[in-house]
Parts: sequence; C-alpha cells; structure tokens
Amino acid sequence: MNRIKDAFEKKQKNLLNIYFTAGYPRLHDTVPILKALSESGADLIEIGMPFSDPLADGPVIQASSTVALQNGMNLRVLFEQLQGIRESVPETPILLMGYLNPVMQFGVDNFCREAAAAGADGIILPDLPLDDYVAEYQDIFRRHNLRPVFLITPQTAPERIRRIDELTDSFLYLVSGPGTTGGANTQAEGVQEAYFQRIEAMNLRNPRLIGFGIGDKASFQNACQYAEGAIIGSAFIRALDGVDDAPAAAKRFVSSVLA
Amino acid sequence: MKPTYQQPTERGYYGQFGGAFIPEMLYPNVEELRQQYLSIMAEPEFQQEYQQLLRDYVGRPTPLFEAKRLSAKYNTRIYLKREDLCHTGAHKVNNTVGQILLAKRLGKTRIIAETGAGQHGVATATVCALMGMECIVYMGEIDMERQKPNVYRMRLLGAEVRAAMSGSRTLKDATNEAIRDWISNPVDTHYIIGSVVGPHPYPDLVARLQAVISEEMRKQLLEKTGSELPQYVVACVGGGSNAAGAFYHFLEEPSVQLVAVEAAGHGIYSGHSAATSVLGTPGVIHGSRTLLMQDEDGQITEPYSISAGLDYPGIGPLHAFLADSKRARFISIEDEQALKAVAECSRLEGIIPALETAHALAALDQLGAGPDDVVVINLSGRGDKDLETYIKYADAIM
Repeated sequence: MNRIKDAFEKKQKNLLNIYFTAGYPRLHDTVPILKALSESGADLIEIGMPFSDPLADGPVIQASSTVALQNGMNLRVLFEQLQGIRESVPETPILLMGYLNPVMQFGVDNFCREAAAAGADGIILPDLPLDDYVAEYQDIFRRHNLRPVFLITPQTAPERIRRIDELTDSFLYLVSGPGTTGGANTQAEGVQEAYFQRIEAMNLRNPRLIGFGIGDKASFQNACQYAEGAIIGSAFIRALDGVDDAPAAAKRFVSSVLA
Repeated sequence: MKPTYQQPTERGYYGQFGGAFIPEMLYPNVEELRQQYLSIMAEPEFQQEYQQLLRDYVGRPTPLFEAKRLSAKYNTRIYLKREDLCHTGAHKVNNTVGQILLAKRLGKTRIIAETGAGQHGVATATVCALMGMECIVYMGEIDMERQKPNVYRMRLLGAEVRAAMSGSRTLKDATNEAIRDWISNPVDTHYIIGSVVGPHPYPDLVARLQAVISEEMRKQLLEKTGSELPQYVVACVGGGSNAAGAFYHFLEEPSVQLVAVEAAGHGIYSGHSAATSVLGTPGVIHGSRTLLMQDEDGQITEPYSISAGLDYPGIGPLHAFLADSKRARFISIEDEQALKAVAECSRLEGIIPALETAHALAALDQLGAGPDDVVVINLSGRGDKDLETYIKYADAIM
C-alpha cells in the first residue's frame, strides 16, 4: 500500500498539500490540526519536525519552530501524538519534513521505524544530499516503506532532475523560485512559468507539486496550471497565529483555498 | 589521492567529518565552487594577483616576533606570529582577499558574509571596497552591540550590516541568515565564509587561503631558530580559521605539537561555554558534519563566550578530525583567564591582543614546554575592537 501513489491516482490535478509545524501553536494541536486538514479536503499533509536552525525556512516557519520547541515538541513526543492516527485519518498521505541533524541524533533506522509505525508515508529532509541518501539512507527508507521527496529548483540542472526523478517514487517538490519558504515571487514576469514549463516538458515519471510562496486560492490555482498540485506552508502557519481553535482555523483556511 | 590532514576526500571529508549537507537551492553554487576553486587558485594570474595583494595591501609577510619577557616568565622560547599587524587588524583578511578574487573569476557581483566579532565582516567589507563590489554582512544583534566599532568600520567601508535577530543573535544565527540570503540570491552572489566551516569546499578553501600563516612561520623559524619546526604551535579556535592557517604546514609533521584553544566561557560545565571539542558530539551544522554542541534531540544549543569570535557551537571539520584523531591537543580557557592574558601580553610585550587571541596566550602555562622548546603562538588579532570590554572588566584585568 502506498498512500502517496493512491492520492495521485485518485486525483490527477489540483492536489493540495498543506504543511504545518508539529506542536504549534500549542503542543497538542498537532493531531487536531491534522484531522481538520484531512477532513476539509487537503490531499496530502506535511508535518514539520521543528529544528533550532532551519536554513531553508523563512521567518514564519522559523518562528513556529521556535514556539514548537519551547512547547516541548521533539520526535519522541511527535511519534507518541501520532499513535493511532491511521484509525481517524486512514487515507491522506502524511509526510514528515525537517532537517537532518535531529534525525541523525534519533538514529536513522529508529526514526524510520517509528515514522512508519506512526503512519507516515514519506520523508522530506532538504539538507540530506542525494549521494548520502543513496549511500546510507535508501535501503533503510525502503525497508520501512518510506518514500523520500527531493527538492528541485530553477537552478537544478536537467541531468540532476532526471537523477532525482529516478530516485523518487512519490512526487517532485518544485521550489517555485529563489528564496526560503514563505517568500513572495519577485521574479520577472514569465520567468517562473518558463521554468515550470521546462520541467513539464521533461515528461518525468513522478508527479510534481509546486511549493514556496504559494499562499492562497489565486496562487494555488495558478500553480496548478503547471503541475499536479501545490504546497502551502507559511501562509497556513500564519492563519494559525493567535487563534484559540486551531482545527477550526485549519478548516477555514483549506476551504478558502479550495473554494 | 589519499586523504590527509591537509587534503580532504573529493567529497570533503576529514575522517568522518565534513561533507556538504545543503538544501538543493544551494547545490549549484556550492558545486560550481567545488569544481572550480582548485583550478582557479592554481592559475598563475590568480596567484600573482593574490600574492601581490597579500604583500602590498595586507602587509605580508607578518613578523615572527621573539617575545623575550613572556619567554622569561614561562621559561621557554615564545614567538608571536603577528597576524594582528595585517591590514584590518586580524588574519581574516588573508581569506577575504583570496575569496574576492575567486568571486570575480566566478562572475559574481554581490558579496555576502557572516561575522561574529566583526573582524571577518570588516575584512570582507574592505576587499569589497577595494574591488567595487556590493557587500552585505550579517551580524548577530548581540554581537553588533558588543563589537560596535567594527559595525561602524563596516559601514564606513560601504557595507550594509544586517542584524540577525533569530536564536541567540550571535555568530550561529548570522551564519543562518547569510545562508538564507544565498538561497534567495543564487546567481549573482558569492558567500565569503569567514572560517573553516560550512559545506565542502569551504573548509578546505579557507584553510588553503590561511595557510600562508604557517608557510611564513616555517621560513621565519628557520632563520631565527635554525629549524623550520617548533615544538608547539598554539592558536585559538572558534570555527578555526586562524588555527587552520597556523597548523596547515605542520599538520604532517608529527614532531610538532598542535594546540587548539577553545573558549570555556564561565567554565566548561557551567552551561555557559563554547568548548565544542569537550561538549560537542557529531552532527550537522551549517552544511558540514562535525562536532557541535547540541541537546539530546539534536537541537543546536546556544554557546557562550566573552569573545564574540569564539562564540560558536561548532568547529570546522578539520578541527573535529584533529580532536578525534588526537593529532591536536585541545585546551579550554575561561573568560577570566583570557582577560588576565590580555593584561599580561600588553604589559610584558607592549602588544594588546584581541580577546580571541588572549585565549591562546592564556594556555601558555598548560603546555608543559621546556626551556629549549620553541612555542609559536598565532597572535591572530589586535585588541582595539575589544577596548570597551577591557574597560568594563578593568578590575579583572588589572
């Protein structure tokens, strides 16, 4: 069984993938938010594993990570929270996204075993180099039926995109432009479209989701013209800022994007 | 080629330490640098320009000074490698001169840097002014406060200083912000890292550019002592660039004891320390696998030192390997010991050292050096930038 593949088979376009930081805004909001996202129509869900030094993230996800860590979030707590999640969220693919160092300290094999047992389907570690993945991680990921997701940027060379596509059996994460998460698109008109079209024309074997800088209905729909779907992170985290009822805010947010 | 202490593997490993753990957004930049740094640095034209700038602009070779009064006090033969006499007041400029020439040849037009004590920021702003390049320096908000004169120097030189407001608001966070800037500006920008840290090839690149320190030491020692090889080479380590430069041409000389001095802050186990070789465990920080200070969940912890230049939770992968393989001896020095060493060097030799350098000087009584042993201390920087701290702690110093 592979929930990621199933999700892309069930729905070939306009897939919405939502990212949120585990343990934010409050430690025990993780599971209620996850359920709300799934119930309100998110097609995939990425759970951020907070890290003290998130290099690829902009201010919004940085701040949510700091709060989550202060709330007491760590991998052990996250795996405990996720126990039994597949009873209430049976189908929506869950991906864990974070940075390499906490995973290394947890132990890669332990991490994969616990992640799989908790019901995760995929792993995104932006600072895990491809070569290191192949040399040291691939076998472990496979043994636990976890799919890696790799990032592609406008600067990624075509032969490297082919290699990433070969190593992937889930989806390709197309970073929309230069910058960390949550940044606005500052590229000249047509530059981003040309990049998306160039990737589309490569006829890759994996579906593509566009992320970074997607934050509302308009940017979601625009991205969906060039890929099977898109990923929203920072804008969703912002929607959780200061709310009392995080699941209700999650439902409102998804509805506003899919409306 | 067989990896040695001087030469990491093709993928940038010194033993188990090194590598390039970077997000895909940085891959093209780092890969371009990896493929080109050695060939560019080997070009005769590059070498000519680099050597000329080191001589006429930086003021090299820097003197190797026999410190007779310190020698008498410690009953050994102490020589000070006067990197404090480099233009801008520290060894940092050796690296920035080389990297700006590299950046020009890579076709880059915009330079970014991180800085702790401000010395690397000043050295970067200086070469950017010289070459007419745009310069942005990231500096922790706390460090901007404790190293104010350097902030003004950078601004005077035409650089924009941006405050890093996240985390502990010191060097680690300034480095995070510089990396994020590079992610956002992947085409026109070169990141001049100031220490032997970061993803491969930076640790090797910076070590090679600082290696001029030990290259000169060997020639000067031969002239002054009759032997190119001393018994001890001592240098302070934050990220480790001055130590890498001072050790470089002695790495493969087992008779030379290499001594790396870290900042113990209020005490190694006080919870306020930056003694990474003691407190650190293997992990990934700023793109390389090295020893770093972290909690059991792999979250990077906040280091502390009175010295902004040593206040870093990791060490370069070369130094992690030197510690792990026991090729170098690591000593930790507390704030107060460093302050005392400031006074001692000032009064015995008429040289006011930087706070970072004072940690190396404070290790003198722990070396166990005999009367005939030659001890070279890399006097990495001068104390002008620390005057405010020295005034504040005048009681402890005097």
